[in-house]
Amino acid sequence: MEDCLAKKMEITVSEAEKRTGRNAMNMQETYTAYLIETRAVESQSEGQCAPVDSLWRRYSEFELLRNYLSVTYPHIVVPPLPEKRADFVWHKLSADNMDPDFVERRRIGLENFLLRVASHPVLCQDKIFYSFLTQEGGWKEMVNETGFQLKADSRLKALNATFRVKNPDKRFTELKHYSDELQSVISHLLRVRARVADRLYGVYKVHGNYGRVFSENSTQGLADDSHEEWEHVRYAASIDDILEEEEHYADQLKEYLFYAEALRAVCRKHELMQYDLEMAAQDLTSKKQQCEELATGTVRTFSLKGMTSKLFGQETPEQREAKLKVLEEQIQEGEEQLKTKNLEGRDFVKSAWADIERFKEQKNHDLKEALISYAVMQISMCKKGIQVWTNAKECFSKM
Amino acid sequence: DTSLTEVNSFSSSVPISPSSMINQYKLEDEPELRDLFITVDGPESHITAIETFITYRVVTKTSRGEFDSSEYEVRRRYQDFLWLKSKLEEAHPTLIIPPLPEKFIMKGMVERFSDEFIETRRKALHKFLNRIADHPTLTFNEDFKIFLTAQAWELSSHKKQGPGLLSRMGQTVRAVASSVRGGGVKNRPEMFTEMNSYMEAFSQKINVLDKIAHRIYKEEREYFNEMKEYGPIHTLWSASEEDIAESLKGVASCIDKCCKATEKKMAGLSENLLPILHEYVLYSEILMGVLKRRDQIQGELDSKIDANKKAEKDLFSEEIGKLEDKVECANNALKADWDRWKQNMQCDMRSAFTNVAENNLRYYEECLATWESFLASQTVELHMEEDPEDRP
Repeated sequence: MEDCLAKKMEITVSEAEKRTGRNAMNMQETYTAYLIETRAVESQSEGQCAPVDSLWRRYSEFELLRNYLSVTYPHIVVPPLPEKRADFVWHKLSADNMDPDFVERRRIGLENFLLRVASHPVLCQDKIFYSFLTQEGGWKEMVNETGFQLKADSRLKALNATFRVKNPDKRFTELKHYSDELQSVISHLLRVRARVADRLYGVYKVHGNYGRVFSENSTQGLADDSHEEWEHVRYAASIDDILEEEEHYADQLKEYLFYAEALRAVCRKHELMQYDLEMAAQDLTSKKQQCEELATGTVRTFSLKGMTSKLFGQETPEQREAKLKVLEEQIQEGEEQLKTKNLEGRDFVKSAWADIERFKEQKNHDLKEALISYAVMQISMCKKGIQVWTNAKECFSKM
Repeated sequence: DTSLTEVNSFSSSVPISPSSMINQYKLEDEPELRDLFITVDGPESHITAIETFITYRVVTKTSRGEFDSSEYEVRRRYQDFLWLKSKLEEAHPTLIIPPLPEKFIMKGMVERFSDEFIETRRKALHKFLNRIADHPTLTFNEDFKIFLTAQAWELSSHKKQGPGLLSRMGQTVRAVASSVRGGGVKNRPEMFTEMNSYMEAFSQKINVLDKIAHRIYKEEREYFNEMKEYGPIHTLWSASEEDIAESLKGVASCIDKCCKATEKKMAGLSENLLPILHEYVLYSEILMGVLKRRDQIQGELDSKIDANKKAEKDLFSEEIGKLEDKVECANNALKADWDRWKQNMQCDMRSAFTNVAENNLRYYEECLATWESFLASQTVELHMEEDPEDRP
């Protein structure tokens, strides 16, 4: 494994702060800024603590970084950012971006994003990424100077546009299909999970009402012991911890929901490349045909030129000579371009596929761990329940 | 008047002390010493030109001498139960007669003859008869015996005897009048005032508990409905995966098992806690009624004493004597029955809530086992693979 940045440098997003400032239209806005702290790892082994460097970045800068990486490395499955707006909320959670819980979860998500990039064999070596972590001022200008926005293909922004590719690469088609399925199934799962969490919350909270009834001492004989109150109230309150842990699990799944999009993006880029290649090849073929027709004087295919020349008389031999020369030049250019495109295409497929394999392994590992941690959570919840109800049973037996 | 004699003989021969009542209760609780076993089952619907109604099969097994046979099987409808209850109330105005399930109320979507409604009612009717059988006084009531043993036509003809509707209405009017005058309250013994406040507080509490229990059941049902969808999504997902398919299927199976455990827990609630709480909601109304009736009886005595004073002559001394006896009997009967009822109630509450705790424990233990076995299967796999930290 190559030496990636993550091994040389400790990266954390340690704080989040509310700020007010002026936006591009000189209107006042409130936003959250995140503190990125970095520290070199090597010197720690000598028993010394390296100094911590830090700088503040806001979410839009993270977005800029990611856009840059997506465009600059089209064959890489670029790690996703945490969601822009709170989605899949259930009633206890707030959909407000300024909500402290949301901000906290986003902070963790941003840290995760940076660690993912820093541990990617290719992405971690990017200079813009390094500057993002270390260079406070002028970073935005630096990114814009790379001119990456020009490289960005606007066609990719039309999400639903299909390019009719005549010979699609079967592997990429399957992968795109898989990424669609992954997106769909994880969204569905997150939606149901949110509803289940809502219901579970309701069940626990109603139990809290029992506590209040039992605690009022006025009815002797029904319940003399106020311990029942505490058990039920504790039970009701325990749901908050349980569901907080579950949110973390949901965030792990969300990451792969967004990863599915990144995967799909690579497939689309490949599709686009293939489409361009086929278009170029088609163009070359038609030019060659035109050349032949011009040279031999036969019109094999219908063309407006042919018709007009028939109607208005043929061109002079000099005109034809000139045209032929232009065409021949174009054909030569075209052939070179096609060669380059073919090579680019093959390179893309090779490096994309390598990254896809890496991604698959990462995904399998992470998701399996997430499922295991879900089981661990359920076990802890059951144990708590057993504790509470064992105590409650004892209290009831003394009624 | 046989019922009055019963009460009299009861009160004069056995000292009314709480401890003796407790012993009496305990004896009757032990199944080996029980001599009357009743079951209510086999609902059947009957359709006539005029109406449709349900009858229930009432089976009685007994070793008592007063019964001609040792086994009886009769069919009774809800109206017959209502009749029995009113006869018992008539005969023992200050005893606590167990509650009957309510008449049909158009509540929500429950249909009058839905299986759910019939089953709930059947269970409550079974409880009703068994509570009477367990009661030291009511169990020997003649109308109760007739109810258990008479064939349909015998019961009909027996019902037609006894004080008619008009005389019963007259009693009710007098009772209402006396209670309106605040009869029986000013000379009410301290013990019954305490009983009144206890019952008011109890009534409030039991209603709240009943509501909470229903809310919990409803929430659990909604949770169950959502959970049913949760497991299958994981199975669906596993279809597009290879490496993690087994783990996903494992999670799906765990969720499904927990779902079934939730269903069991809900069944426990609806079979135990909900009916008991409901019964005691009805009981609290009954007890308030019993206390009122005691007050009325006291009121009759008080007003006769007042009338006697006004007359300046001892006109009513004989009647007053009778009424004083009546009041003493009523008070003693109620006091004894109250102690017994309270004991039963505490026992029932204790066992109902303990049962809830046990249900929940069983639920969590089952879920725990499911998830732990899944976890064990996963970690075995992990150890067989290379150490995850070597991964890029």
